Parts: sequence; C-alpha cells; structure tokens
Amino acid sequence: MAKRDRLSGNEAVAYAMRQIDPDVMGAFPITPSTEIPQYFAQYVADGLVHTEYVTVESEHSSMSTCIGAAAAGARAVTATSSCGLALMWELLYVAASYRLPVTLACVNRALTGPININNDHSDSMGARDTGWIQIYAENNQEAYDNYLQAMPIGENPAVRLPVMVCQDGFITSHAVENIELCEDDEVKAFVGEYQPEQYLLKHENPLAVGPYGVSPYYMEAKVGQAEAMKTAKAVILEIGRRFGEMTGRFYGFFESYRLEDAEAAVVLIGSSAGTARACVDELRAQGKRVGMLKLRVFRPFPFEELAAALSHCRAVAILDKCESFSAAGGPLGAEVRAALYGCRERPLAVNYVYGLGGRDFRVEDCTQIFRALEECIRTGETGAPYRHIGQRG
Amino acid sequence: MKKKPVEIRWHGRGGQGAKTACLLLADAAFSSGKYVQGFPEYGPERMGAPITAYNRISDERCTVHSNIYHPDYVVVVDETLLASVDVTHGLSEQGAIIINTSRSPDEVRPLLGGYAGRVCTIDARRISEETLGRNFPNTPMLAAAVKVSGVVEPGRFVADMEASFRHKFSHKPQVIDGNMNALTKSMQEVKVG
Repeated sequence: MAKRDRLSGNEAVAYAMRQIDPDVMGAFPITPSTEIPQYFAQYVADGLVHTEYVTVESEHSSMSTCIGAAAAGARAVTATSSCGLALMWELLYVAASYRLPVTLACVNRALTGPININNDHSDSMGARDTGWIQIYAENNQEAYDNYLQAMPIGENPAVRLPVMVCQDGFITSHAVENIELCEDDEVKAFVGEYQPEQYLLKHENPLAVGPYGVSPYYMEAKVGQAEAMKTAKAVILEIGRRFGEMTGRFYGFFESYRLEDAEAAVVLIGSSAGTARACVDELRAQGKRVGMLKLRVFRPFPFEELAAALSHCRAVAILDKCESFSAAGGPLGAEVRAALYGCRERPLAVNYVYGLGGRDFRVEDCTQIFRALEECIRTGETGAPYRHIGQRG
Repeated sequence: MKKKPVEIRWHGRGGQGAKTACLLLADAAFSSGKYVQGFPEYGPERMGAPITAYNRISDERCTVHSNIYHPDYVVVVDETLLASVDVTHGLSEQGAIIINTSRSPDEVRPLLGGYAGRVCTIDARRISEETLGRNFPNTPMLAAAVKVSGVVEPGRFVADMEASFRHKFSHKPQVIDGNMNALTKSMQEVKVG
C-alpha cells in the first residue's frame, strides 16, 4: 500500500536507505548531498537501522570504507557531490574493477572553478568511464525509485557492478514535492538480502581482492567488466519492470514523451526534463510536432534503443548540463550522435551545453531550442552543431 | 489545457526563516490535498544576505523545475529588502504582495516601483513578540500569505497547523498556543490595500 508524503530529494533517498537498512555507510558531508548522511545519522541514532555508520575524514576514505566493507561481503552505501566525487576518483575505478556493488547517491553539483555549489552534471559525467552504472532522476520520486532499484541491479550475480544514483543538486535534492513511498516490508522484499557468492571473509573459499594484474591478466579483467556492463542492460529492464509491477511506476533506459510522431525532439537528463515536458505540452497545443526523450540510464548507454526512438525525427537537440571541453560538444551529445550514426535515415543533430553551475533552465529556453530546430528542418542545415544557451552576452 | 499552478516567491534574509515558511506553506497545501513544490534558491549563504524561496501549488503535479519569474504572490519577510531588491519584479497585477511591516499599505506602495496590484501589510514582528515573546516572523507571515492568496482554505489551514504544531512541539506544549495565536491574529490583522 503506497503512502503519500512530501519530501525533498535528499529526504527521499535517506528514507529509501532506512527502508533498505544497509550494513555499512561511509559518511562524509558535502553540499548539497550533506542531508543524506545527516538524516541517516538520525535513523542510526534512533535505532531504526542496524547500519555501521562510519564517519571518516574525506570522500577518499568514505569510498575506501565502502570498498573494504563490500569486499568483506557487506552491503555498503555512501553519498557525495562535486569535488567529493572527484576526490573518490581512483577508488571509483577500484570499486568497479573489484566488481563490488557499492551504491552511491550522487547529488549532482558543479566542479570548481569558479567555486560553485549549484547543479550541473560535471561531477558524475566526469566519472562516466569509471565502470559504474549511472542512473539519473528527474525529481524526488525518481530519486527514491531509482535508489530502490540500484541494489537489485548492481548485486545481480551476472552484473556485480557499483551503481551511482544521481539527482540534481538543490533543484531536486532541496525541493519538497509530493511523493509516493513504498511500505517497508515491500522494499525489504523487493531489494532482498545481499548474498554475494564470493567475498573476502568466506572461510570455505578464501579470496584475494585487489592483487596486481599483470599484462597477461589485466585485459581479461577489463573485458569482464565490459561484458558485465552489457549484461546490466537486460537486468536494468527486468528490475524496472518488476518495480513497475509493485508500484505502477515502470522504468526503462529512457522515457519518451510525445515522441512517436515528433518532427523535432530534445534529449536531456535530470530535472530539466520536467521543464521540457511543460514546453512540449505548450508547443503541442499550438499544433507543433515536438517531443522529448529523457535519458535515465547513461551507463550502460542504450545505443540501439535510443537510435530507434529518435531516428524518425527530422531534427534533435541534445542538451548537456556539462561542458567537456572537446571543442565539439558535451558527453551526452557525443553518445547520442554516435548512436544515430548507425541509422540509415537520421535526424539533424545539434548539441547544446546549458545550465552550468545552477544557471536556470526555463520553459522559454526550451522553446528557443525548439525554434532553432524548426529552422534546421526548414533549411535542411544543422548550422553550428555545438552551442551554449543561457549565458549572458 | 492544464490549469496554471499558483506561484509564490518569498524574499527574506538568511536566518529569518523565509525558507522554513516556504516549506511550511508547502506542507499546509499538501495536507489540503494539493500538489506542491517548495524550494529555496541558494547563493553564497550567510546570515543576513537576501535569499529567495519559491512555491508552486496546483491540483496536478507541476513538472516545471525552473525558478519563478512571474509569481502570483510575493511575500517579503524583511521590509529593509524593499530598498535593495526589486521585489515586485514580474509580479502579477491580479495577485498581491504581502510585506512584514508596521506601516500601512498606502505608506509602502510608493516604495514598490509603481506596482498596481494589491499591497498587503502585516506587522509580523509585533505579533510574534506579543504571542511568542520573540521575533519569529515565520508563522504570522505564513498565515498572512494563506489568507491573502487563498491557496489553502483558511479553516482547514488553521486545523492542520494546530495538528502539526501539536506533533512538532509535543515536548514543549507551551509554544503551541503562542504559535496558534500568532497564526489567527495575523489572519485577522493583515491589511489589504
């Protein structure tokens, strides 16, 4: 029986953590993710969870705590943002390559400099090649729902990969909105007990974790990770379907909104998708054939599925909330364009970088992008394929 | 066509509780069955610096996640902001501005850059000092905002807030009456000009 409440994105994730009652949390605060360990600490203090709550001196240590715990067979979680994630960098690779299904709540925030506490996707996008599964949320509800799905995905024996559950800093993490919560026993049954096949302290089958990988072995380990990421696709869909059966909220790799007959579409990630949805409704009411694709899963990247969903469009704008300084666009732009390359017929594609360091993305900005796409369709020309929107001057 | 949500912008100074009032309004509207958004806009936070917070309140979920540029109502928790912040920027003339001040609507209207909509004033500081013994302008400002905007039915609002205070202050029941008095007094005293 679902419970209706109103919670911020951070409260929603902490609530999900309480329901799951993980074995270990590596806790270190950083804006805007600080509230997650803060609320969770209250649950620990109130005796509502049995988690070993380890307060450490840095994010490097909080991820190390999770790695140590997960290697010993425990279910380990942490939360971070921005430079906190950056400080975890080398350990992100360690968690993924040791095949430890740690769950990290990433509350997306810009990286320095100039120093900034507000939202963009620079932090998690920078970590996109570390071997973590990455799932992004549009709002508090999705942050909660995605968190509940993270462990069944990452801990699946055919996957065994860490999962980063991302939400937009402040815009989602600090905004109170309506939410539907599952009952504790439903969550316990859905997420299940973590029973790893192999772990460090299993006396009947002792295991070395993290030995040196000489050249004759290293590449096999990497191919193993790559294969696990491919396998994760089917597991993500299966868990999304099972979650839907429990809650009525079904999840896939992405959500298509009024896309089926759209001539022009925007592709984007996170809270801005809600704003784009309102824009699509406005333009549809004026008779314009526009749609939206909100990407939920960035790693593994759903190349074929996304290409199939977009190939009928005449023009698409791919929106990156992150600058990758390639001089040619952002990470989402690169992936989506690569996905479309395999299509016989493909839309014109432009890549916008927007919303850096908390720069607001308004319905009007989205309207302006659709107007530019209309121009692409009219002229048959892409124009500049890499643009910024929302900056002054 | 979807009905537009009621949009409210709060202006205050860091530490005064404008964000808390904004979240309390979201709570009250949620309790009356609405879809709500309550969110602060964060800058370099420090005590006394101007801060902004926002509410969207509607009968269906509002998916827009930008800040609010064309509010129906503006609430000013600290009247000294009138000198430095363009508080009526984008404010609907069919809406209203609600200001914490001991002055009358006619006295403050000249400070509002020609705003032609309703100007409402409430002496939240005095009410708070009389009922709570200290300057906590939150509760009276919230009550005035509800009364003027009508986003929550006033009777329902008072009942919900009483339940919420009884829950929140179960360990110090002496402040429940003070808060309830602040609430009802503010709803009676708010001046609409």
